[in-house]
Amino acid sequence: MSTRSATPPAPAPTPAPTPVPAPESPAAERRARVRRWRASWRRHDTRAAYLFISPWIFGFVVLTAGPMIASLVLSFTNYDGIGPTKGVGMENYRQLFEDPQVATSLMNTLLFSAMRVPLSMALALALAMLLLRVGRAAGFFRTVFYLPVMTPSVAVGILFLLLFNGNMGLINNVLGFFGVSGPSWTTDGTWVKPGLVLTTLWALGGTVVIYLAALRNVPQDLYEAAELDGASRWKAFRHVTLPQISGALFFTLIVNTIASLQTFTEAYTAFFGTSNAQTYSHEAALFYVVYLFQQAFQFMHMGYASALSWLLFLVILVITIIQVKVSKRFVYYEGDTR
Amino acid sequence: MAAPPSPRRRRRAVAVLLAAAGLLPATACGGVGLAGTSDSITTMGFGAGDALATVRVEETQKALGSTDIEINEGAFDEQQFLSAVAAGEPPDVVRMDRTLIGGYAARGAVVPLTDCLEDRKVDLGQYREGAIDEASLDGVVYGLPDSYDNRSLLLNEDVLKANGHEVSDVDTSDWKSLRKLATDLDGHKDGKFTRIGFDPKIPEFFPLWVRANGGSLISEDGRTAKLDTPEVVEALEYTAGLIEAQGGWGGFKALRDSFDQFGAENPFVRKQVGAYPMEDWYLSVLGDVSPDTGLRAKPFTDRKGKPLNYVSGYSFVIPKGSPHPEKACRFITEMTSPDTWVAAAKAKAEDIRADGSPYIGDFTGNEVADRRIRQEVWKPTGNAAFDDASRQLYAAQENAFSVPANAAGTEFRKAWQSAVNSVLSGDASPREALDEGQRRAQSALDRGNTERE
Repeated sequence: MSTRSATPPAPAPTPAPTPVPAPESPAAERRARVRRWRASWRRHDTRAAYLFISPWIFGFVVLTAGPMIASLVLSFTNYDGIGPTKGVGMENYRQLFEDPQVATSLMNTLLFSAMRVPLSMALALALAMLLLRVGRAAGFFRTVFYLPVMTPSVAVGILFLLLFNGNMGLINNVLGFFGVSGPSWTTDGTWVKPGLVLTTLWALGGTVVIYLAALRNVPQDLYEAAELDGASRWKAFRHVTLPQISGALFFTLIVNTIASLQTFTEAYTAFFGTSNAQTYSHEAALFYVVYLFQQAFQFMHMGYASALSWLLFLVILVITIIQVKVSKRFVYYEGDTR
Repeated sequence: MAAPPSPRRRRRAVAVLLAAAGLLPATACGGVGLAGTSDSITTMGFGAGDALATVRVEETQKALGSTDIEINEGAFDEQQFLSAVAAGEPPDVVRMDRTLIGGYAARGAVVPLTDCLEDRKVDLGQYREGAIDEASLDGVVYGLPDSYDNRSLLLNEDVLKANGHEVSDVDTSDWKSLRKLATDLDGHKDGKFTRIGFDPKIPEFFPLWVRANGGSLISEDGRTAKLDTPEVVEALEYTAGLIEAQGGWGGFKALRDSFDQFGAENPFVRKQVGAYPMEDWYLSVLGDVSPDTGLRAKPFTDRKGKPLNYVSGYSFVIPKGSPHPEKACRFITEMTSPDTWVAAAKAKAEDIRADGSPYIGDFTGNEVADRRIRQEVWKPTGNAAFDDASRQLYAAQENAFSVPANAAGTEFRKAWQSAVNSVLSGDASPREALDEGQRRAQSALDRGNTERE
């Protein structure tokens, strides 16, 4: 009989604990990142990617970032484009708060944007929904709605003066046909901005095309399910269409807001640009970029104009950040679990 | 896998890239560069649109010999001009509104003509004083006149008679009766404004009304704004009130905007205006498109009954950095010389007469040229209205004034125009608007003068 040793087996050796890498210093981490970045350049597809985006990088550095940095530097000087330039410290920024025209033009621009952006989005959505129902002629109407986008803004500014002429203009003639006495669109401060808003609505074809594409992507089965649940047309629009196209709505909200805050050509042409308007201009049409242009190229205060442009940049940045924060509650992206 | 480039190769590549980036701006200057070649001079703001301009350029070309003159058509553009000067590639000669010259001179964007006038032995006395003063700063001349726009009263006799008035009733020295006349002549139909009785032509002619009231927008030395003085305030109260009495600025401006100014359906033909002060060039337009209207002309008078002529216009200047300043000097002195003007006026008059229209005359800013054109070129046409208007315009030049040049240029002009506009728009009273205008104007003048000194 074999005997077995009653000696209990030796306990298995405790496996050596997996060495936990000691936390790297920030400098070492940075070096590692740089090493990884350098190594990535050996890969063909990385080099190809950079090659493809190089035109944009070049354009951004030379045409956008470079001038932006230059304008930031100039905003601390008395640069006028001609004479010697010297630093003035924060003087230009201090002047921003003392110049009443800055507040006036900023308020004009914000009011204009507050009217134009929601109106243009609502109208573009209505037109896109109509186009969705047109069927075979949709291509034709899409082209028709998009054509005004090709119209030069200068022509639109001139058109404003003709269409909205308080005495002989087409708009007031049409209103008169319905027994409504139209206002003095070009001289009454209350109506100057609404008139310009209506004029710029002329070119909302771009937004219509974006909405149309978004509407086409809404899954039909969602509507069928809503219909089975007895949802009315309004409820289907409210609970299916709007959430499904909220990404497109958000994109156009951002883009149209920025464009509205930078409005220049139509107001400048109608009220400040032509020889006739150079003598009569209405303060209600003094938009921020128009005032910036006057300071830079008519009064030769390039340094001050640079400070004005940075203030506008900050305003746009703040508004955009607010829009992005708020949008997180309302915008639905495909794949979202909310 | 390819080996990474050596540090030396990398450094060389970076150097090439930087050199290329540095050269790019130099090669991309076509957008603002307006300088000509060594055998040519370029202009900005001058258009060779009619015989007057074309022949002047031809005459000047003869004087310049082998140097070509490149005319860049199109109106003066402030942005283009400043960009070109800032880039160090300005044109050789620029034609601009004289009210802008003071501001550019203060910043050194245009050069004094002192040496040019001395070298070419130009008699400055031949030019009209108002045109020279408007293009001078602190007694230094920066521009020679290329035009001299006079203002006189144009009346529509048909409108006057249809409303029981005579030409003699239009009297700008009696502001009370003028207001009554304006409301007699204005027209309204179906709630729409159809005729301006008397148009004071503000904001653009506001300096005329201020001078008529014994005031001035700025001191003679161009250093002190006077927008808040009683004469200026009263002039604005009166002229804005004149518009208000006829129905208000909304309808007034809308009707003005609908005028077919240059066509056969102009406001004189359509009887859309009773009377207004107007620049002399408009007589040529009317002579061309509607020589048989009820047009009459008479001098604008101040409140004491003395004829008054508010003049403005364009001048040639040489920008800072002009590639060929000597040739530019020769160009502007030849273009504004009496011989050149007379030769061009003859060609223009021939063209106009060939069309069967009356030749009104040309007003050059050069007194000698004006006199010779009057004697050698102008002759009565038989159209009494236009002949009489021409005679009055020649006489009016003796009673001319212009707004003195100043270091704020456009900014000063915008200050008083904005004040007038805010009253017309109903945003402020004349006193409030002019107080604010004074603050802005003086601030701009102080800044301009400080930068200059």
